[in-house]
Amino acid sequence: MSIMDKHGKLERHSLLLTVGILVVVSIGGLVEIAPLFYLENTIEKVQGMRPYTPLELKGRNVYIREGCYTCHSQMVRPLRDEVERYGHYSLAAESMYDHPFQWGSKRTGPDLARVGGKYSDEWHLDHLKDPKSVVPDSIMPPYAFLAKKKLKYDDIEDHLKALRLAGVPYTDDMIANAKADLVAQASPNADFDAEDALVARYTEASGREGTVKISDFDHNPKEITEMDALIAYLQMTGTLVDFSTYEANDISNRR
Amino acid sequence: MSTRADTSRGSGPGFSIGTVSALTGLVGLGVLIIAGNAADPMMAAHAWIFFLLTVAGLMITGFWAGSLNGKNPFNPAFYEDTIVKFGVAASMFWGIAGFLVGLIIALQLTFPGLFYFPELGWTNFGRLRPLHTSAVIFAFGGNVLIATSFYVVQRTCRTRLAGGMWPWFVFWGYNLFIVVAGTGYLLGVTQSKEYAEPEWYADLWLTIVWVAYLMVFLGTLWKRKEPHIYVANWFYLSFIVTIAMLHIVNNLAIPVSLTGSKSYSLFSGVQDALTQWWYGHNAVGFFLTTGFLAIMYYFIPKQVNRPVYSYRLSIVHFWSLIFIYIWAGPHHLHYTALPQWAQTLGMVFSVMLWMPSWGGMINGVMTLSGAWDKLRTDPVVRMMIVALAFYGMSTFEGPLMSVRAVNALSHYTEWGIAHVHSGSMGWVGFISFGALYCLTPWLWKRKALYSKALVEWHFWLATLGILFYIVAMYVAGITEGLMWRAYNEFGFLQYAFIETVKAKHIMYIVRAAGGSLFLIGALLMAYNLVRTAMGHGEARDTLAPDAPKTATPALQPAE
Repeated sequence: MSIMDKHGKLERHSLLLTVGILVVVSIGGLVEIAPLFYLENTIEKVQGMRPYTPLELKGRNVYIREGCYTCHSQMVRPLRDEVERYGHYSLAAESMYDHPFQWGSKRTGPDLARVGGKYSDEWHLDHLKDPKSVVPDSIMPPYAFLAKKKLKYDDIEDHLKALRLAGVPYTDDMIANAKADLVAQASPNADFDAEDALVARYTEASGREGTVKISDFDHNPKEITEMDALIAYLQMTGTLVDFSTYEANDISNRR
Repeated sequence: MSTRADTSRGSGPGFSIGTVSALTGLVGLGVLIIAGNAADPMMAAHAWIFFLLTVAGLMITGFWAGSLNGKNPFNPAFYEDTIVKFGVAASMFWGIAGFLVGLIIALQLTFPGLFYFPELGWTNFGRLRPLHTSAVIFAFGGNVLIATSFYVVQRTCRTRLAGGMWPWFVFWGYNLFIVVAGTGYLLGVTQSKEYAEPEWYADLWLTIVWVAYLMVFLGTLWKRKEPHIYVANWFYLSFIVTIAMLHIVNNLAIPVSLTGSKSYSLFSGVQDALTQWWYGHNAVGFFLTTGFLAIMYYFIPKQVNRPVYSYRLSIVHFWSLIFIYIWAGPHHLHYTALPQWAQTLGMVFSVMLWMPSWGGMINGVMTLSGAWDKLRTDPVVRMMIVALAFYGMSTFEGPLMSVRAVNALSHYTEWGIAHVHSGSMGWVGFISFGALYCLTPWLWKRKALYSKALVEWHFWLATLGILFYIVAMYVAGITEGLMWRAYNEFGFLQYAFIETVKAKHIMYIVRAAGGSLFLIGALLMAYNLVRTAMGHGEARDTLAPDAPKTATPALQPAE
């Protein structure tokens, strides 16, 4: 076979072989990944998506740091049992501001894409401190230390700026007031003007009322802890998109 | 082509020692500045670890260089085997560490009460699981690949490793990356991208090390004394080149601050997901497959003393394997928010991937033609052939699981855990064990291993362990998958989620037992290798040292 004889050339020229390898392994990725950045129907048209508030973002970082993704997915598949167990199947739009994504690959615990609003703050607090106290057969490890760890947020503006560089539409206003917004979300009945300003900023971004939850999530008004941030994040997952206006069969949402 | 200048001879040993030391010193200075201005305690810890280890490296290099007395430590008349010895030791050490962490997290899932530390975040499964995966894939697998590639490329090119001091930079630099990655997980430093968890600064360091690795490998090919590049080296080269591409693209991120450990991935949501699984699947394809196929292409023919079964098959399966593998990533994202055209492409290519995978298996197994008795008499050969059996099994199962209808059941369940462990313990583990059992007597010039009986014990314990492990996880995975979708007679979901967790308890116990057997086998192996290196037992007799000039060529080019 003549083509086999020609292979000898590659075996004698290491740079030719290297370039050949590089070309051959580049094709698949280019064809599959590159279109996702320019095909308009990759991400559905929805109402309600907004960037994370500073407290939610910090909570999400705790979620990432503790490796929650190793046991919990955040991706409800469009299968009958999953939609009934967890809620509406996940849309690409719902993770459009997720740097990185948290879809997960394993469900040692249940999916968390729509855990927001499903349980009370108290339930989450008890569950995170000692999972067996509310789910006796749970094999989840305890996260009591989060309630004692003061949340570090002196650099929160830098986080928002880095995300804006990556394409998240944080406004100058959001960045300038990031610290005040973070404090306001975890301190109900402390500074009503700050709370109103927080809600106004993120409601405008979302285009939808009621997406910002203000609460003393860890029931410790004295300080803002990592527990506050994590519960704030968990309580908003999957709650942003307004599914009453989502048209699944619209041509632009069919993929 | 075959008479290129030997660079390490031309510029003298001092040059490469000087450049490596200069780079190490520069990095050390850089991290010292970061250590002084660290924005968070994790970054401070890492910068100090980094700094102290670079200082230690420089001091040891200095003492060593001072004691040379004008002797050329990189004498081109000899193979560079000391670094391969270090690689064998590092592989064994990290292997045992990785298997042990795996056993610990398996026990955590089985008996959560035993490991219940509400105040110690670093003992939790979420932080230990990346420690396990990185330790076995990158620390154990990576050191096996570096050690064997350095051994094989020298023998098949009949020349000493290129670059003088640079191979040592690659070895120590890579292991420094492992230490930074591993301590990072315990401290809570992670990007959360599976198998790419280390943060931006560790990724940058690995990029430098990897470029040096590519240059050392190519440099050795350039001064080869064989006209043809042997097939094992095609596979090593594709592993090095492709991992560089995957690593750089998937780790594109924006650091919050140059003195802080946290960064945000450049991509988001669906694009980030596909980039990650393009990376993740091909970390399997190019780290855990082509790298270890290279081992197969050298160590099996060498140990059974037969030529590779088919030269043509090796060409066809090499190019088709590396071309098709890259497309298969989307099968990790079936039924997700990834557009369906991408899922379908991923599925089609995953099914096609079955053929080149089995091409490699057939080429390896059939190399035994005419020497089948070795399966009975040589447990090391048996180990490598069983590795290929597991390779064939998991590369058949993979395409099956990538079919959307099957994936709807298997995804997110323990079935996936069974699949990766039949591939990693069975294929990667066994082919690595085989290579280490071959290398140790070759490197330390022993006629035989310390004890063949211990190899038999290792083989059977590990094989049984894998079987316990994967059978338990298949049962657990299919059980929970079916329970999640079970409906009762009234049309409601039959089981609460926690019931599906409870149902797996017995299977978790069986899995942990299997993992223990596998770990015990590895401990026996470490003992056997140490005694072999020391020249005890059946390893008493020594062989003459081999060098590029006196050595018979390891293998003729595959044609």
